[in-house]
Amino acid sequence: MLSREQRPWAALLLPALVPLCGLFLLPLALLLPVSLTSAQGFSLAAYGKLFGDSYYLGIIGNSLKFAALTTFFALLIGYPAAFGLTYIKGKLRSALLLSLFLPLSIGVIVKSFAWTVLLRSTGVVNKTLMALHIIDEPVRLIFTQTALIVGAVNIFLPFMILSVYAVVAQIDKRLSEAAATLGAPPLLCFLRVTLPLSLPGIVAGTALVFSLSVSAYVVPTLLMGERYQTLPTLIAKSFLLTREPAFGAAAGAVLLAIALAVVILSSKLGKPRG
Amino acid sequence: MTQRLATTFAILMALLAALFLLAPLLVIVATSFSPTPVFDLPSGGLSTRWYERITRLDGFWPALYLTLEVALISTAAALLLGTLAAIGIQRGKLPGADLVAALLVSPLMLPGLVIGIALLQFFRGAGLTAAHPALLLAHLIITLPFVARTMLAGLSRFDFTLIDAARCLGCNFPQAVVKVMVPALAPSFFTAGFFAFLASFDNYPISIFLTDARTKTLPIKMLQYIEEAPDPTLAALSSLILGATLLLLLLGDRLVGLNRMAGTGD
Repeated sequence: MLSREQRPWAALLLPALVPLCGLFLLPLALLLPVSLTSAQGFSLAAYGKLFGDSYYLGIIGNSLKFAALTTFFALLIGYPAAFGLTYIKGKLRSALLLSLFLPLSIGVIVKSFAWTVLLRSTGVVNKTLMALHIIDEPVRLIFTQTALIVGAVNIFLPFMILSVYAVVAQIDKRLSEAAATLGAPPLLCFLRVTLPLSLPGIVAGTALVFSLSVSAYVVPTLLMGERYQTLPTLIAKSFLLTREPAFGAAAGAVLLAIALAVVILSSKLGKPRG
Repeated sequence: MTQRLATTFAILMALLAALFLLAPLLVIVATSFSPTPVFDLPSGGLSTRWYERITRLDGFWPALYLTLEVALISTAAALLLGTLAAIGIQRGKLPGADLVAALLVSPLMLPGLVIGIALLQFFRGAGLTAAHPALLLAHLIITLPFVARTMLAGLSRFDFTLIDAARCLGCNFPQAVVKVMVPALAPSFFTAGFFAFLASFDNYPISIFLTDARTKTLPIKMLQYIEEAPDPTLAALSSLILGATLLLLLLGDRLVGLNRMAGTGD
């Protein structure tokens, strides 16, 4: 039980916890019985269909692969870029930070449209590659996996950079200088000092970008079209088009389980050690 | 030598990342001045006619008004509830405080589409069929994680003994909170409010399940406009939103500093 001193602090939590339980936890929990119901009552049929059919297993695979690739490239670009930000000062840093915040105000729908302009066969990317003689004729980019990953990385990259930057900006640069003074070569210095100190940022950014991209609905729909299915598009289809709420809820439960696993794993890994 | 190479590489990556992030925004702004009714970069002159067309879009003003109203009310409510909860977590030394903090932030990391469907079924079951209150309640869940995240970080750097100091100097408790704590936390309030507002203003996957024929938010109207006529009107509208955000960010830079808004704490 809570002590007399703790009670007023606990009371401060209530105004947020009541809507959070009533409008978030409870509705999500109620989705589970929907997924376990068929015309005859209790049934595992929806899960049987989802896990028993190689087509649907492929869709789960698509979602995981898409999220993993997006996260990988976002980290590949975002990690060094976040360090770059710490070396830049003044007006230029403000301009770079603006470029991280500004894209958040434009909806995914319009941004995806802009990417179709850039990537189409007569678009800027193809024209540039041809002008540089890297390719001789336009390459088909739109509605390909490449376009999907480029678009998704573009949309989720600010979250990766901001997560890593918030951590690496606070690393004391004297620590790696000290390691260098003590004779550590740059690579060892990075692996033993800088990398471990930046790990909470990597974990936070990776978890955020993975969970955002595994849940993405608009990006795959607009950049890949109808035939490419991921868990979110399957869920939307089951509820809105084919009217199979049990199946949609089961797919939703699987997606939720994936996202929850990421949240729990990241909170375990992200804790400072010692 | 290796160190300098690594630094140069990192700076280069930061510049390239900024260029990559701005590329679609530049396309949108350029397209908004296109003279032709195709969503493409302008060729053969510039035109401002798409800006004039924005206000003539079917149902534009009600959609904008609804979106702003929902975003402002839910952000204000989230700021109040989220800050109180963050104080309770940081100061209460409560058992399970970590769990509560994770719970507060979790709607951000769980699929919006699933939350939307769950809310739709839940509201139907509870007999709530009006779109307007349903949107407001749902957007509280959208905005709360952003406030909780920023306020938890902001409060972890706030020295609570300052309040005791103010009380020793003659303030009563409410005065101490208003005169010491609120100004010290103002940058966090601005940052939290900015991100929460944008998240609500932009939301598509949750709102789509809770709107009806007459009550539609701007992002949902925008997808409808694209499907009806994919002309540059939408680019013009997005450019205006971009301009407004830029002004807000420049104000934020003055008041808070962009570096602090990025969560670095200085």
